[in-house]
Amino acid sequence: MRTVAIVGGSLAGLRTAETLRKDGFDGVIHFIGEETHPPYDRLPLSKELLSGKLPQENISLVSDENFAALELQLHLGVRAVGFDAASKLVSLETGEEVAADGVCLATGARPRQLGDDNPQGVYVLRTLEDCLALKAEFAVQPRRVVVVGAGFIGAEVAATARGYGLEVTMVELLEVPLSRVLGEKMGQVMADIHLEQGVDLRVGVGVEGLNSKADGRVGSVKLTDGVEIPADVVVVGIGVIPNTEWLEGSGLTLENGIVCDETLLAAPGVVAAGDVARWPNRRFGEMMRVEHWDNAIEQGIAAARRLMAGPGQERPFEPVPWFWSDQYDRKLQLAGIPSPQGEVEVVTGSLEERRFAALYEKDGKVSGVLGMNRPRHVMKYRQLIVDGVGWDDALEFASTQG
Amino acid sequence: MAYKVIVDYDLCESNAICMQVAPEVFEVRDDDFLYLLNETPGEEHRGRMEEAVNRCPKQAISLEDL
Ligand SMILES: Cc1cc2nc3c(=O)[nH]c(=O)nc-3n(C[C@H](O)[C@H](O)[C@H](O)COP(=O)(O)OP(=O)(O)OC[C@H]3O[C@@H](n4cnc5c(N)ncnc54)[C@H](O)[C@@H]3O)c2cc1C
Ligand code: SF4
Repeated sequence: MRTVAIVGGSLAGLRTAETLRKDGFDGVIHFIGEETHPPYDRLPLSKELLSGKLPQENISLVSDENFAALELQLHLGVRAVGFDAASKLVSLETGEEVAADGVCLATGARPRQLGDDNPQGVYVLRTLEDCLALKAEFAVQPRRVVVVGAGFIGAEVAATARGYGLEVTMVELLEVPLSRVLGEKMGQVMADIHLEQGVDLRVGVGVEGLNSKADGRVGSVKLTDGVEIPADVVVVGIGVIPNTEWLEGSGLTLENGIVCDETLLAAPGVVAAGDVARWPNRRFGEMMRVEHWDNAIEQGIAAARRLMAGPGQERPFEPVPWFWSDQYDRKLQLAGIPSPQGEVEVVTGSLEERRFAALYEKDGKVSGVLGMNRPRHVMKYRQLIVDGVGWDDALEFASTQG
Repeated sequence: MAYKVIVDYDLCESNAICMQVAPEVFEVRDDDFLYLLNETPGEEHRGRMEEAVNRCPKQAISLEDL
């Protein structure tokens, strides 16, 4: 293999490039990314950058020096508009074509929008520009903020907005926020935290439409129950859509992401990684597309290795996914695949003190771990999933962990 | 070249991710603070130390050549 093209210049793409170089690949690497910035971290966009705690210079994912040392052929600020899996030819919006022997697709995901034609003052949060615009809004007081969607990103934005002392209403379609992921009991814990922090939480209700004022800015949010909530700023956090449109007609299978085999191969010489990749995770026996930071890293590393693997060296990618979310002074960590319908047991600390670790059961085994301000325990209990430990043994182990 | 592991404790939030990567070097204890068990783990550990650097979501770990 002499030439590799990486499409998508963010977390997964960067870790792919780094791994190729670290493992000794000295051919040409084309690094194609629509954003003009060198790879930066999205984590602080809803947290410390939005709150102003972290300066913008500190969100880079790689130092200038280390980035230069990768000797990449950079195509930043350039969108890929087409791909042919058979010839491995990537077409760029500039009309240029990039030929490669190996390709890693890491184009991530973009936020789902509320509608096509929104008034001013309505935001989604995915890019640095989104964050800076929202931050500028938050700095102008007083502002009434409506957050649509109480998922992780929405909840983080709500928490950060409360930190600015803004009035926050959070609207959620489900009766209990996050219940599809965490189950009702744990979802309610999250809901209570927002209520205690003064968020006006409206559950079991959707958004009917947005009303604008005479100056073209948003004025209120109309809910499906007829209630109208005044709003100066609206932040929409209703999930993401994998960026696969540019791959239509490429010969790849696209179905809620780029469909790969268990080793992350999407076609011969073509791999995918990060938020855009969907693959069968053997450990859990199901197709997964994971939208987490650490997965983008692990998958980027695995995809690079898969690209370089000789016959017989292919390895299945079967991680125990995990992620975290920071809201107010609480850090939520989730490992594995919680079974919202199954048993859930608090094994360390208590819900009342808001500092606990809980295990989820599925088919007689531990399938997931949820922690609140219990990082050490979460990492220990995650190992129970890795090791496939039975439910009773896991409870026994947890009882010795203090 | 020998190197040293450095943790910026102002950035570190004790999420124990480095401990997952290299428990013999990083340990988050009951007091929820991160302890560095070995500042100079040696060449044979360099790969995993680099992994810890990349995995830390706070970019709190760095390696310094001695
Ligand atoms: C505000 C925010 C907070 C988050 N907080 C957490 C958290 O606390 N914990 C956690 O685990 N995860 C968190 N995440 C999720 C995490 O950031 C993502 O999982 C991660 O960014 C995925 O990386 P990626 O490289 O796969 O995709 P992305 O980061 O989406 O990068 C894809 C890149 O590809 C580019 N691209 C897309 N299409 C094209 C094209 N056709 N041509 C060229 N380039 C293209 C995009 O512009 C983008 O730069 C958060 C995400 C956001 C937005
Ligand atoms: S991974 Fe980083 S933030 Fe987490 S405990 Fe280690 S040094 Fe601290």
